[in-house]
Amino acid sequence: MAYSSKVIDHYENPRNVGTLDKDDPSVGTGLVGAPACGDVMRLQLKVGPDGIIQDAKFKTFGCGSAIASSSLVTEWVKGMTVEQAEQIKNSSIAEELNLPPVKIHCSVLAEDAIKAAIADYRRKNARAAG
Amino acid sequence: MALKLPIFMDYHSTTPVDPRVLECMLPYFTERFGNAASRNHVFGWTAEKAVEEAREQVAALIGATGREIIWTSGATESNNLALKGAAAFYRDRGNHIITAQTEHKAVLDTCKRLEKEGFEVTYLPVEADGRVHPERVREAMTDRTILVSIMLANNEIGVINDLRSICEIVKARGALFHTDAVQGVGKIPFSLQEVPADLVSLSAHKIYGPKGVGALYVRRRPRVRLVPQMDGGGHERGMRSGTLNVPGIVGFGKAAELARLEMPTEAPRLLALRERLRTKIMGALPDVYVNGSLEHRLPGNLNLSFAYVEGEALMMALKDVALSSGSACTSASLEPSYVLRALGIGEELAHTSIRFGLGRFTTEEEVDYVAEQVIQKVNRLRDMSPLWEMRQEGIDLNSIQWAAAH
Repeated sequence: MAYSSKVIDHYENPRNVGTLDKDDPSVGTGLVGAPACGDVMRLQLKVGPDGIIQDAKFKTFGCGSAIASSSLVTEWVKGMTVEQAEQIKNSSIAEELNLPPVKIHCSVLAEDAIKAAIADYRRKNARAAG
Repeated sequence: MALKLPIFMDYHSTTPVDPRVLECMLPYFTERFGNAASRNHVFGWTAEKAVEEAREQVAALIGATGREIIWTSGATESNNLALKGAAAFYRDRGNHIITAQTEHKAVLDTCKRLEKEGFEVTYLPVEADGRVHPERVREAMTDRTILVSIMLANNEIGVINDLRSICEIVKARGALFHTDAVQGVGKIPFSLQEVPADLVSLSAHKIYGPKGVGALYVRRRPRVRLVPQMDGGGHERGMRSGTLNVPGIVGFGKAAELARLEMPTEAPRLLALRERLRTKIMGALPDVYVNGSLEHRLPGNLNLSFAYVEGEALMMALKDVALSSGSACTSASLEPSYVLRALGIGEELAHTSIRFGLGRFTTEEEVDYVAEQVIQKVNRLRDMSPLWEMRQEGIDLNSIQWAAAH
Protein backbone atom coordinates (compact mmCIF):
# COMPACT_ATOMS: atom_id res chain seq x y z
CA MET A 1 0.00 0.00 0.00
CA ALA A 2 1.29 3.44 -0.83
CA TYR A 3 0.98 6.05 1.91
CA SER A 4 0.24 9.71 1.39
CA SER A 5 3.10 12.12 2.03
CA LYS A 6 1.23 13.52 5.05
CA VAL A 7 0.91 10.09 6.64
CA ILE A 8 4.60 9.47 6.07
CA ASP A 9 5.50 12.86 7.53
CA HIS A 10 3.47 12.29 10.73
CA TYR A 11 4.71 8.72 10.97
CA GLU A 12 8.36 9.65 10.63
CA ASN A 13 8.16 12.85 12.67
CA PRO A 14 5.30 12.24 15.06
CA ARG A 15 4.19 15.32 16.98
CA ASN A 16 3.58 15.23 20.71
CA VAL A 17 4.48 11.66 21.56
CA GLY A 18 4.50 11.21 25.29
CA THR A 19 2.69 10.93 28.55
CA LEU A 20 0.96 13.46 30.81
CA ASP A 21 0.19 12.76 34.46
CA LYS A 22 -3.07 10.87 34.34
CA ASP A 23 -3.78 11.72 37.99
CA ASP A 24 -3.64 15.47 37.33
CA PRO A 25 -7.26 16.74 37.46
CA SER A 26 -6.62 19.03 34.48
CA VAL A 27 -5.59 16.04 32.32
CA GLY A 28 -8.13 13.91 30.47
CA THR A 29 -6.97 10.50 29.22
CA GLY A 30 -8.66 8.54 26.45
CA LEU A 31 -7.60 4.95 25.71
CA VAL A 32 -9.41 3.42 22.73
CA GLY A 33 -9.08 0.42 20.45
CA ALA A 34 -7.88 -3.06 21.38
CA PRO A 35 -4.61 -4.99 20.97
CA ALA A 36 -6.50 -7.83 19.30
CA CYS A 37 -7.71 -5.43 16.62
CA GLY A 38 -4.21 -4.13 15.99
CA ASP A 39 -4.89 -0.56 17.11
CA VAL A 40 -4.70 1.08 20.53
CA MET A 41 -4.57 4.87 20.90
CA ARG A 42 -4.01 6.81 24.06
CA LEU A 43 -4.67 10.52 23.83
CA GLN A 44 -4.15 12.90 26.75
CA LEU A 45 -5.34 16.50 26.90
CA LYS A 46 -4.31 19.10 29.47
CA VAL A 47 -7.01 21.71 29.85
CA GLY A 48 -6.39 25.17 31.32
CA PRO A 49 -8.72 26.93 33.77
CA ASP A 50 -10.12 28.87 30.77
CA GLY A 51 -11.26 25.63 29.12
CA ILE A 52 -8.59 25.83 26.44
CA ILE A 53 -6.48 22.78 25.65
CA GLN A 54 -2.92 23.70 26.56
CA ASP A 55 -1.17 20.47 25.75
CA ALA A 56 -1.85 17.14 24.08
CA LYS A 57 0.18 13.94 24.04
CA PHE A 58 -0.35 10.57 22.44
CA LYS A 59 0.97 7.06 22.28
CA THR A 60 -0.31 4.64 19.66
CA PHE A 61 0.05 0.95 18.91
CA GLY A 62 -1.04 0.57 15.33
CA CYS A 63 -0.21 0.95 11.69
CA GLY A 64 1.30 4.06 10.13
CA SER A 65 -2.12 5.57 9.46
CA ALA A 66 -3.15 5.11 13.09
CA ILE A 67 0.03 6.78 14.30
CA ALA A 68 -0.41 9.63 11.81
CA SER A 69 -4.09 10.13 12.77
CA SER A 70 -3.26 10.45 16.45
CA SER A 71 -0.26 12.69 15.81
CA LEU A 72 -2.44 14.98 13.66
CA VAL A 73 -5.17 15.39 16.26
CA THR A 74 -2.68 16.35 18.97
CA GLU A 75 -1.63 19.22 16.70
CA TRP A 76 -5.20 20.22 15.96
CA VAL A 77 -6.61 20.24 19.48
CA LYS A 78 -3.94 22.40 21.04
CA GLY A 79 -5.37 25.89 21.47
CA MET A 80 -8.94 24.72 20.96
CA THR A 81 -11.61 24.82 23.62
CA VAL A 82 -12.87 21.47 24.83
CA GLU A 83 -16.14 22.14 22.99
CA GLN A 84 -14.30 22.84 19.73
CA ALA A 85 -12.18 19.69 20.06
CA GLU A 86 -15.32 17.70 20.60
CA GLN A 87 -16.54 18.78 17.17
CA ILE A 88 -13.58 17.22 15.29
CA LYS A 89 -14.93 14.63 12.86
CA ASN A 90 -13.14 11.57 11.61
CA SER A 91 -13.90 12.63 8.05
CA SER A 92 -11.72 15.74 8.40
CA ILE A 93 -8.85 13.60 9.73
CA ALA A 94 -9.23 11.12 6.86
CA GLU A 95 -9.39 13.95 4.36
CA GLU A 96 -6.34 15.76 5.72
CA LEU A 97 -4.25 12.55 5.61
CA ASN A 98 -5.73 11.19 2.35
CA LEU A 99 -6.54 7.91 4.06
CA PRO A 100 -7.69 5.10 1.75
CA PRO A 101 -11.05 3.43 2.58
CA VAL A 102 -9.37 0.50 4.36
CA LYS A 103 -7.75 2.95 6.80
CA ILE A 104 -10.81 5.04 7.64
CA HIS A 105 -11.13 3.15 10.93
CA CYS A 106 -7.85 4.80 12.04
CA SER A 107 -9.48 8.22 11.78
CA VAL A 108 -12.58 6.93 13.59
CA LEU A 109 -10.35 5.75 16.39
CA ALA A 110 -8.68 9.16 16.63
CA GLU A 111 -12.08 10.86 16.91
CA ASP A 112 -13.07 8.34 19.59
CA ALA A 113 -9.82 9.07 21.45
CA ILE A 114 -10.60 12.80 21.61
CA LYS A 115 -14.11 12.10 22.89
CA ALA A 116 -12.82 9.60 25.46
CA ALA A 117 -10.18 12.03 26.72
CA ILE A 118 -12.76 14.81 27.06
CA ALA A 119 -15.19 12.51 28.85
CA ASP A 120 -12.43 11.56 31.31
CA TYR A 121 -11.58 15.22 31.88
CA ARG A 122 -15.24 16.09 32.52
CA ARG A 123 -15.72 13.12 34.83
CA LYS A 124 -12.76 14.22 36.96
CA ASN A 125 -13.88 17.82 37.11
CA ALA A 126 -17.53 17.08 37.79
CA ARG A 127 -16.37 15.08 40.78
CA ALA A 128 -14.00 17.87 41.87
CA ALA A 129 -16.78 20.43 41.55
CA GLY A 130 -19.33 18.24 43.33
CA MET B 1 31.10 -4.80 -1.15
CA ALA B 2 28.88 -1.80 -0.45
CA LEU B 3 25.39 -2.52 0.79
CA LYS B 4 22.79 -2.02 -1.93
CA LEU B 5 19.37 -0.76 -0.87
CA PRO B 6 16.57 -1.72 -0.84
CA ILE B 7 17.24 -5.19 0.53
CA PHE B 8 15.02 -8.05 -0.57
CA MET B 9 14.21 -10.29 2.39
CA ASP B 10 10.93 -11.74 1.14
CA TYR B 11 12.16 -14.89 -0.64
CA HIS B 12 8.97 -16.81 0.21
CA SER B 13 6.92 -14.51 -1.98
CA THR B 14 9.18 -14.97 -4.97
CA THR B 15 12.83 -15.13 -5.97
CA PRO B 16 14.83 -13.42 -8.68
CA VAL B 17 15.69 -15.52 -11.72
CA ASP B 18 19.22 -16.84 -11.29
CA PRO B 19 21.40 -15.35 -14.09
CA ARG B 20 22.46 -18.90 -15.06
CA VAL B 21 18.77 -19.78 -15.47
CA LEU B 22 18.06 -16.71 -17.55
CA GLU B 23 20.97 -17.50 -19.85
CA CYS B 24 19.51 -20.93 -20.64
CA MET B 25 16.07 -19.44 -21.30
CA LEU B 26 16.99 -16.67 -23.73
CA PRO B 27 17.48 -18.67 -26.96
CA TYR B 28 13.97 -20.13 -26.53
CA PHE B 29 12.40 -16.70 -26.92
CA THR B 30 14.13 -16.01 -30.23
CA GLU B 31 15.86 -18.48 -32.54
CA ARG B 32 14.47 -21.60 -30.79
CA PHE B 33 10.91 -20.33 -30.59
CA GLY B 34 9.19 -23.48 -31.85
CA ASN B 35 6.02 -25.01 -30.45
CA ALA B 36 6.91 -28.17 -28.58
CA ALA B 37 3.79 -29.79 -30.01
CA SER B 38 4.89 -29.29 -33.64
CA ARG B 39 5.85 -32.83 -34.61
CA ASN B 40 6.88 -32.30 -38.23
CA HIS B 41 9.72 -29.79 -38.32
CA VAL B 42 12.97 -28.99 -36.61
CA PHE B 43 11.63 -25.97 -34.74
CA GLY B 44 9.15 -28.18 -32.92
CA TRP B 45 11.69 -30.93 -32.31
CA THR B 46 14.17 -28.48 -30.80
CA ALA B 47 11.54 -27.13 -28.43
CA GLU B 48 10.32 -30.59 -27.53
CA LYS B 49 13.85 -31.77 -26.77
CA ALA B 50 14.38 -28.80 -24.42
CA VAL B 51 11.08 -29.45 -22.67
CA GLU B 52 11.93 -33.12 -22.16
CA GLU B 53 15.35 -32.27 -20.75
CA ALA B 54 13.70 -29.89 -18.31
CA ARG B 55 11.23 -32.60 -17.35
CA GLU B 56 14.15 -34.84 -16.38
CA GLN B 57 15.80 -32.01 -14.42
CA VAL B 58 12.66 -31.27 -12.41
CA ALA B 59 12.00 -34.99 -11.90
CA ALA B 60 15.56 -35.49 -10.61
CA LEU B 61 15.01 -32.87 -7.89
CA ILE B 62 12.26 -34.97 -6.27
CA GLY B 63 13.34 -38.48 -7.28
CA ALA B 64 10.64 -38.92 -9.94
CA THR B 65 10.82 -39.91 -13.59
CA GLY B 66 10.28 -37.35 -16.34
CA ARG B 67 7.09 -39.01 -17.50
CA GLU B 68 5.48 -38.21 -14.16
CA ILE B 69 5.89 -34.43 -14.52
CA ILE B 70 2.99 -32.37 -15.92
CA TRP B 71 3.73 -28.73 -16.76
CA THR B 72 1.34 -26.09 -15.49
CA SER B 73 1.21 -22.31 -15.21
CA GLY B 74 2.24 -22.37 -11.56
CA ALA B 75 1.51 -23.95 -8.22
CA THR B 76 -2.00 -22.53 -7.93
CA GLU B 77 -2.92 -24.39 -11.08
CA SER B 78 -1.07 -27.49 -9.91
CA ASN B 79 -3.01 -27.50 -6.64
CA ASN B 80 -6.29 -26.95 -8.44
CA LEU B 81 -5.58 -29.73 -10.93
CA ALA B 82 -4.43 -32.16 -8.25
CA LEU B 83 -7.37 -31.65 -5.92
CA LYS B 84 -10.21 -31.05 -8.38
CA GLY B 85 -8.84 -33.55 -10.88
CA ALA B 86 -8.45 -36.35 -8.34
CA ALA B 87 -11.70 -35.56 -6.55
CA ALA B 88 -13.61 -35.75 -9.81
CA PHE B 89 -11.94 -38.96 -10.96
CA TYR B 90 -12.23 -40.87 -7.68
CA ARG B 91 -15.65 -39.57 -6.70
CA ASP B 92 -17.24 -43.02 -6.89
CA ARG B 93 -14.80 -44.25 -4.20
CA GLY B 94 -15.73 -41.58 -1.68
CA ASN B 95 -16.30 -37.93 -1.07
CA HIS B 96 -14.05 -37.11 1.88
CA ILE B 97 -10.92 -34.96 1.64
CA ILE B 98 -8.51 -34.06 4.46
CA THR B 99 -6.28 -31.01 4.57
CA ALA B 100 -4.89 -28.64 7.23
CA GLN B 101 -5.90 -25.19 8.43
CA THR B 102 -2.48 -23.74 7.62
CA GLU B 103 -2.42 -24.69 3.94
CA HIS B 104 -2.00 -22.09 1.22
CA LYS B 105 -5.18 -20.46 -0.10
CA ALA B 106 -4.72 -22.30 -3.40
CA VAL B 107 -5.45 -25.52 -1.48
CA LEU B 108 -7.97 -24.15 1.04
CA ASP B 109 -10.10 -22.30 -1.48
CA THR B 110 -10.01 -25.25 -3.87
CA CYS B 111 -11.28 -27.42 -1.03
CA LYS B 112 -14.02 -24.90 -0.29
CA ARG B 113 -15.07 -25.12 -3.92
CA LEU B 114 -15.16 -28.90 -3.68
CA GLU B 115 -17.34 -28.63 -0.57
CA LYS B 116 -19.87 -26.70 -2.64
CA GLU B 117 -19.83 -29.57 -5.10
CA GLY B 118 -20.74 -32.09 -2.43
CA PHE B 119 -17.38 -33.17 -1.04
CA GLU B 120 -16.76 -33.21 2.68
CA VAL B 121 -13.51 -31.62 3.79
CA THR B 122 -11.78 -31.93 7.15
CA TYR B 123 -9.48 -29.00 7.95
CA LEU B 124 -7.07 -30.41 10.51
CA PRO B 125 -5.81 -28.18 13.30
CA VAL B 126 -2.06 -27.93 13.83
CA GLU B 127 0.05 -28.21 16.95
CA ALA B 128 1.34 -25.07 18.70
CA ASP B 129 4.58 -25.47 16.72
CA GLY B 130 2.66 -25.29 13.44
CA ARG B 131 3.03 -28.93 12.44
CA VAL B 132 0.27 -31.34 11.53
CA HIS B 133 0.36 -34.24 13.96
CA PRO B 134 0.28 -37.50 11.95
CA GLU B 135 -2.13 -38.99 14.49
CA ARG B 136 -4.68 -36.28 13.68
CA VAL B 137 -4.54 -37.48 10.07
CA ARG B 138 -5.05 -41.09 11.15
CA GLU B 139 -8.03 -40.16 13.33
CA ALA B 140 -9.66 -38.12 10.58
CA MET B 141 -9.49 -40.85 7.93
CA THR B 142 -12.65 -42.75 7.07
CA ASP B 143 -13.61 -45.33 4.46
CA ARG B 144 -14.88 -42.44 2.38
CA THR B 145 -11.53 -40.57 2.39
CA ILE B 146 -10.14 -40.38 -1.15
CA LEU B 147 -7.52 -37.68 -0.83
CA VAL B 148 -5.29 -36.05 1.79
CA SER B 149 -3.40 -32.82 1.05
CA ILE B 150 -0.75 -31.61 3.49
CA MET B 151 1.96 -29.12 2.58
CA LEU B 152 5.68 -29.85 2.83
CA ALA B 153 6.65 -26.46 4.30
CA ASN B 154 4.49 -23.52 5.26
CA ASN B 155 4.82 -20.27 3.32
CA GLU B 156 4.44 -17.98 6.35
CA ILE B 157 6.25 -19.75 9.16
CA GLY B 158 8.46 -22.13 7.16
CA VAL B 159 7.48 -25.05 9.38
CA ILE B 160 8.18 -28.46 7.82
CA ASN B 161 5.66 -31.27 8.20
CA ASP B 162 6.48 -34.89 8.90
CA LEU B 163 5.28 -36.04 5.50
CA ARG B 164 6.97 -39.41 5.81
CA SER B 165 4.68 -40.43 8.67
CA ILE B 166 1.61 -38.72 7.25
CA CYS B 167 2.03 -40.24 3.78
CA GLU B 168 2.47 -43.70 5.28
CA ILE B 169 -0.79 -43.38 7.20
CA VAL B 170 -2.65 -42.14 4.15
CA LYS B 171 -1.34 -44.82 1.81
CA ALA B 172 -2.07 -47.57 4.34
CA ARG B 173 -5.72 -46.56 4.14
CA GLY B 174 -5.67 -46.60 0.35
CA ALA B 175 -6.24 -42.88 -0.14
CA LEU B 176 -4.21 -40.58 -2.38
CA PHE B 177 -1.66 -38.24 -0.89
CA HIS B 178 -1.02 -34.79 -2.36
CA THR B 179 1.50 -32.28 -1.10
CA ASP B 180 1.93 -28.63 -1.97
CA ALA B 181 5.73 -28.78 -1.90
CA VAL B 182 6.32 -25.32 -3.35
CA GLN B 183 8.13 -23.78 -0.37
CA GLY B 184 10.15 -26.85 0.56
CA VAL B 185 11.42 -28.42 -2.65
CA GLY B 186 14.81 -27.08 -3.62
CA LYS B 187 15.38 -25.79 -0.07
CA ILE B 188 15.37 -29.02 1.91
CA PRO B 189 15.80 -32.63 0.77
CA PHE B 190 12.55 -34.11 -0.49
CA SER B 191 12.41 -37.41 -2.27
CA LEU B 192 9.55 -39.57 -3.45
CA GLN B 193 11.53 -42.58 -2.30
CA GLU B 194 11.12 -41.31 1.24
CA VAL B 195 7.66 -39.75 0.87
CA PRO B 196 5.85 -41.76 -1.82
CA ALA B 197 3.23 -39.09 -2.51
CA ASP B 198 0.83 -39.49 -5.44
CA LEU B 199 0.65 -35.84 -6.39
CA VAL B 200 3.19 -33.07 -5.74
CA SER B 201 2.78 -29.38 -6.65
CA LEU B 202 5.89 -27.43 -7.64
CA SER B 203 6.66 -23.89 -8.72
CA ALA B 204 9.61 -22.42 -10.62
CA HIS B 205 9.68 -18.89 -9.23
CA LYS B 206 10.25 -20.00 -5.65
CA ILE B 207 13.51 -21.66 -6.66
CA TYR B 208 15.12 -18.91 -8.79
CA GLY B 209 13.23 -19.82 -11.95
CA PRO B 210 10.74 -17.67 -13.85
CA LYS B 211 7.17 -16.84 -12.81
CA GLY B 212 4.27 -18.42 -14.64
CA VAL B 213 5.65 -21.98 -14.67
CA GLY B 214 4.79 -24.83 -12.36
CA ALA B 215 4.54 -28.57 -12.40
CA LEU B 216 2.46 -31.34 -10.96
CA TYR B 217 4.03 -34.69 -10.26
CA VAL B 218 1.49 -37.43 -11.02
CA ARG B 219 2.48 -40.95 -9.94
CA ARG B 220 2.60 -43.62 -12.66
CA ARG B 221 3.11 -46.74 -10.54
CA PRO B 222 0.45 -47.30 -9.36
CA ARG B 223 -1.10 -44.95 -11.82
CA VAL B 224 -2.93 -41.91 -10.50
CA ARG B 225 -5.71 -40.56 -12.72
CA LEU B 226 -7.03 -37.02 -12.93
CA VAL B 227 -9.93 -35.41 -14.72
CA PRO B 228 -8.33 -32.57 -16.72
CA GLN B 229 -9.43 -29.09 -15.76
CA MET B 230 -8.32 -27.55 -19.04
CA ASP B 231 -9.62 -28.98 -22.30
CA GLY B 232 -7.93 -28.54 -25.65
CA GLY B 233 -5.19 -30.13 -27.69
CA GLY B 234 -4.50 -32.94 -25.25
CA HIS B 235 -1.02 -31.84 -24.25
CA GLU B 236 0.70 -33.31 -21.20
CA ARG B 237 -0.80 -36.79 -21.63
CA GLY B 238 -4.24 -35.23 -21.81
CA MET B 239 -4.04 -33.89 -18.27
CA ARG B 240 -3.31 -30.27 -19.14
CA SER B 241 -3.97 -28.88 -22.58
CA GLY B 242 -2.30 -25.70 -23.76
CA THR B 243 0.84 -24.79 -25.69
CA LEU B 244 3.84 -25.22 -23.45
CA ASN B 245 5.72 -22.18 -22.14
CA VAL B 246 9.01 -23.45 -23.52
CA PRO B 247 11.39 -20.72 -22.25
CA GLY B 248 9.75 -20.86 -18.83
CA ILE B 249 10.00 -24.64 -18.71
CA VAL B 250 13.66 -24.55 -19.76
CA GLY B 251 14.26 -22.08 -16.94
CA PHE B 252 12.39 -24.25 -14.44
CA GLY B 253 14.55 -27.21 -15.45
CA LYS B 254 17.79 -25.30 -15.00
CA ALA B 255 16.58 -23.83 -11.70
CA ALA B 256 15.72 -27.33 -10.45
CA GLU B 257 19.15 -28.62 -11.45
CA LEU B 258 20.91 -25.76 -9.66
CA ALA B 259 18.78 -26.25 -6.55
CA ARG B 260 19.60 -29.95 -6.48
CA LEU B 261 23.34 -29.42 -6.94
CA GLU B 262 23.70 -26.41 -4.64
CA MET B 263 21.36 -27.36 -1.79
CA PRO B 264 24.13 -29.06 0.23
CA THR B 265 26.03 -25.76 0.47
CA GLU B 266 23.16 -23.30 0.22
CA ALA B 267 21.01 -24.73 3.02
CA PRO B 268 23.68 -24.56 5.76
CA ARG B 269 24.72 -21.08 4.59
CA LEU B 270 21.13 -19.83 4.86
CA LEU B 271 20.63 -21.50 8.21
CA ALA B 272 23.71 -19.75 9.57
CA LEU B 273 22.49 -16.39 8.25
CA ARG B 274 18.99 -16.98 9.64
CA GLU B 275 20.41 -17.81 13.06
CA ARG B 276 22.66 -14.77 12.92
CA LEU B 277 19.60 -12.60 12.28
CA ARG B 278 17.54 -14.30 14.98
CA THR B 279 20.17 -14.20 17.72
CA LYS B 280 21.08 -10.59 17.01
CA ILE B 281 17.47 -9.44 17.19
CA MET B 282 16.43 -11.60 20.12
CA GLY B 283 19.63 -10.82 22.00
CA ALA B 284 18.90 -7.09 21.82
CA LEU B 285 15.11 -6.95 22.23
CA PRO B 286 12.88 -8.42 24.93
CA ASP B 287 9.39 -9.79 24.20
CA VAL B 288 10.21 -11.14 20.74
CA TYR B 289 8.75 -14.55 19.90
CA VAL B 290 9.48 -17.07 17.15
CA ASN B 291 6.25 -18.23 15.51
CA GLY B 292 6.30 -21.96 14.81
CA SER B 293 8.89 -24.66 15.38
CA LEU B 294 12.47 -23.48 15.16
CA GLU B 295 13.73 -27.04 14.75
CA HIS B 296 11.48 -28.14 11.90
CA ARG B 297 11.81 -25.05 9.77
CA LEU B 298 13.11 -23.99 6.37
CA PRO B 299 16.67 -22.68 6.72
CA GLY B 300 15.77 -19.32 5.15
CA ASN B 301 12.63 -18.59 7.20
CA LEU B 302 12.25 -16.51 10.32
CA ASN B 303 8.81 -15.40 11.53
CA LEU B 304 8.88 -13.22 14.61
CA SER B 305 6.30 -11.42 16.71
CA PHE B 306 7.46 -8.14 18.21
CA ALA B 307 5.05 -7.63 21.09
CA TYR B 308 3.62 -4.09 21.49
CA VAL B 309 4.62 -3.04 17.94
CA GLU B 310 2.14 -3.37 15.09
CA GLY B 311 3.57 -5.26 12.12
CA GLU B 312 2.66 -2.87 9.35
CA ALA B 313 4.04 0.10 11.26
CA LEU B 314 7.29 -1.80 11.65
CA MET B 315 7.43 -2.64 7.96
CA MET B 316 6.83 1.01 7.17
CA ALA B 317 9.75 1.90 9.42
CA LEU B 318 11.96 -0.65 7.69
CA LYS B 319 11.44 1.04 4.37
CA ASP B 320 14.75 -0.12 2.91
CA VAL B 321 13.88 -3.76 3.52
CA ALA B 322 11.26 -5.80 1.66
CA LEU B 323 9.47 -7.97 4.22
CA SER B 324 6.04 -9.44 4.82
CA SER B 325 3.74 -9.18 7.83
CA GLY B 326 0.95 -11.31 9.26
CA SER B 327 -0.65 -8.13 10.50
CA ALA B 328 -4.22 -7.50 9.50
CA CYS B 329 -3.33 -4.07 8.28
CA THR B 330 -1.54 -5.53 5.28
CA SER B 331 -4.67 -7.31 4.11
CA ALA B 332 -7.98 -5.96 2.95
CA SER B 333 -9.86 -8.18 5.39
CA LEU B 334 -8.41 -6.60 8.56
CA GLU B 335 -8.03 -10.11 9.96
CA PRO B 336 -4.56 -11.17 11.08
CA SER B 337 -2.86 -14.20 9.53
CA TYR B 338 -5.00 -17.34 9.66
CA VAL B 339 -1.81 -19.39 9.82
CA LEU B 340 -0.65 -17.72 13.04
CA ARG B 341 -4.18 -17.98 14.45
CA ALA B 342 -4.16 -21.73 13.71
CA LEU B 343 -1.08 -22.05 15.92
CA GLY B 344 -3.11 -20.60 18.76
CA ILE B 345 -1.21 -17.32 18.67
CA GLY B 346 -3.37 -14.53 20.09
CA GLU B 347 -4.63 -11.88 17.72
CA GLU B 348 -2.66 -9.22 19.56
CA LEU B 349 0.60 -11.07 18.81
CA ALA B 350 -0.44 -12.05 15.29
CA HIS B 351 -0.74 -8.33 14.55
CA THR B 352 2.91 -7.85 15.48
CA SER B 353 4.44 -10.53 13.25
CA ILE B 354 7.04 -10.10 10.55
CA ARG B 355 8.26 -12.74 8.12
CA PHE B 356 11.90 -12.62 7.09
CA GLY B 357 12.69 -14.69 4.00
CA LEU B 358 16.38 -15.25 3.27
CA GLY B 359 17.61 -16.66 0.00
CA ARG B 360 20.40 -17.38 -2.43
CA PHE B 361 21.51 -13.76 -2.79
CA THR B 362 21.20 -12.71 0.86
CA THR B 363 24.54 -11.60 2.32
CA GLU B 364 25.89 -11.34 5.83
CA GLU B 365 26.10 -7.54 5.43
CA GLU B 366 22.40 -7.47 4.61
CA VAL B 367 21.54 -9.58 7.63
CA ASP B 368 23.55 -7.31 9.91
CA TYR B 369 21.95 -4.20 8.47
CA VAL B 370 18.43 -5.62 8.81
CA ALA B 371 19.07 -6.77 12.39
CA GLU B 372 20.36 -3.33 13.34
CA GLN B 373 17.42 -1.57 11.67
CA VAL B 374 14.87 -3.89 13.29
CA ILE B 375 16.32 -3.31 16.76
CA GLN B 376 16.39 0.46 16.28
CA LYS B 377 12.88 0.71 14.81
CA VAL B 378 11.25 -1.63 17.30
CA ASN B 379 12.69 0.46 20.11
CA ARG B 380 11.43 3.65 18.49
CA LEU B 381 7.92 2.25 17.99
CA ARG B 382 7.81 0.79 21.48
CA ASP B 383 8.64 4.24 22.84
CA MET B 384 5.44 5.45 21.24
CA SER B 385 3.34 2.39 22.10
CA PRO B 386 0.88 2.77 25.00
CA LEU B 387 0.98 -1.02 25.42
CA TRP B 388 4.74 -1.02 25.93
CA GLU B 389 4.37 1.73 28.55
CA MET B 390 1.75 -0.33 30.38
CA ARG B 391 4.00 -3.36 30.23
CA GLN B 392 6.83 -1.27 31.74
CA GLU B 393 4.47 -0.22 34.53
CA GLY B 394 3.57 -3.86 35.16
CA ILE B 395 -0.04 -3.54 34.01
CA ASP B 396 -1.55 -6.79 32.79
CA LEU B 397 -3.00 -5.99 29.37
CA ASN B 398 -5.53 -8.79 29.76
CA SER B 399 -6.98 -7.05 32.82
CA ILE B 400 -8.14 -4.11 30.71
CA GLN B 401 -11.61 -4.02 29.24
CA TRP B 402 -10.85 -3.20 25.61
CA ALA B 403 -13.46 -1.97 23.19
CA ALA B 404 -14.61 -4.96 21.16
CA ALA B 405 -15.03 -3.55 17.68
CA HIS B 406 -12.22 -3.50 15.12
